[in-house]
Amino acid sequence: MELKTKINAEDGKQDLMITREFDLPLELLFRAYSEPELIEQWMGTKVLKLETKKYGGWQFETTGPKGNLVQMSGVIHEFSQNRKITRTFEMANTPFGVQLEITEFEKLTDETSKVSMHVIYESVAQRDQVLKLPFAQGINWAHNRIEELLKSLK
Amino acid sequence: MNLRRDVFQAIAEPTRRAILLLVASQAMTAGAIAANFDTARPTVSKHLHILTECELLEQKQNGREIYYNINAKKMKEVADFIEPFRKMWDERFNKLEDLMKNYKPKTDTN
Repeated sequence: MELKTKINAEDGKQDLMITREFDLPLELLFRAYSEPELIEQWMGTKVLKLETKKYGGWQFETTGPKGNLVQMSGVIHEFSQNRKITRTFEMANTPFGVQLEITEFEKLTDETSKVSMHVIYESVAQRDQVLKLPFAQGINWAHNRIEELLKSLK
Repeated sequence: MNLRRDVFQAIAEPTRRAILLLVASQAMTAGAIAANFDTARPTVSKHLHILTECELLEQKQNGREIYYNINAKKMKEVADFIEPFRKMWDERFNKLEDLMKNYKPKTDTN
């Protein structure tokens, strides 16, 4: 079975690519990125500010695993309807620096679409730290297919 | 984490990834592995050397032959490194998809 969400993070590089295909028309996919009340539901964050235009700013807030307040913010450089969002991303009080995120939206068929998110970090070390972040947050996954496959190898 | 960096270099190369998949099903000799590729034998040897060096492959002597085996433990370590991050995004995107599928009836159809 093909994985729906793919991550391409080459060694020694300070960027990564996240791609995902959706069983949604392009317009609906893009809407999920443009309306605060929708973002709040799928990202699980509070949207304090979202100015969907060039020179606009955005600010999200969520509660971390230890009850701590996590604040994210940045500036929007491009907001092209159904096509592209370019923004900066910074998580307050973390050593992860500022990321540049270029998110492109693509129509596949009338009923399917694709998102490609190119994330560029300040350094290789920072990228690798962010990749390891879900470990620190204690996200667990019940059915790790790779793990199962490797178990079956034994 | 020098070791891990080497491992990522190793799996970034398509031929080496193909070798890992090949050897995942059964232990094979260098000759048997090379027979699966158009690449020159010394190139395949070089790949095997790199994969062995970063512990993704293990060598086992069987009589006169050296067999290459996948090191499941090391493979798991590598796979696990990105998997939680991927899973985090996968879950977010699943939510987005469910949310917008339900949203559908409310939108204008033009």
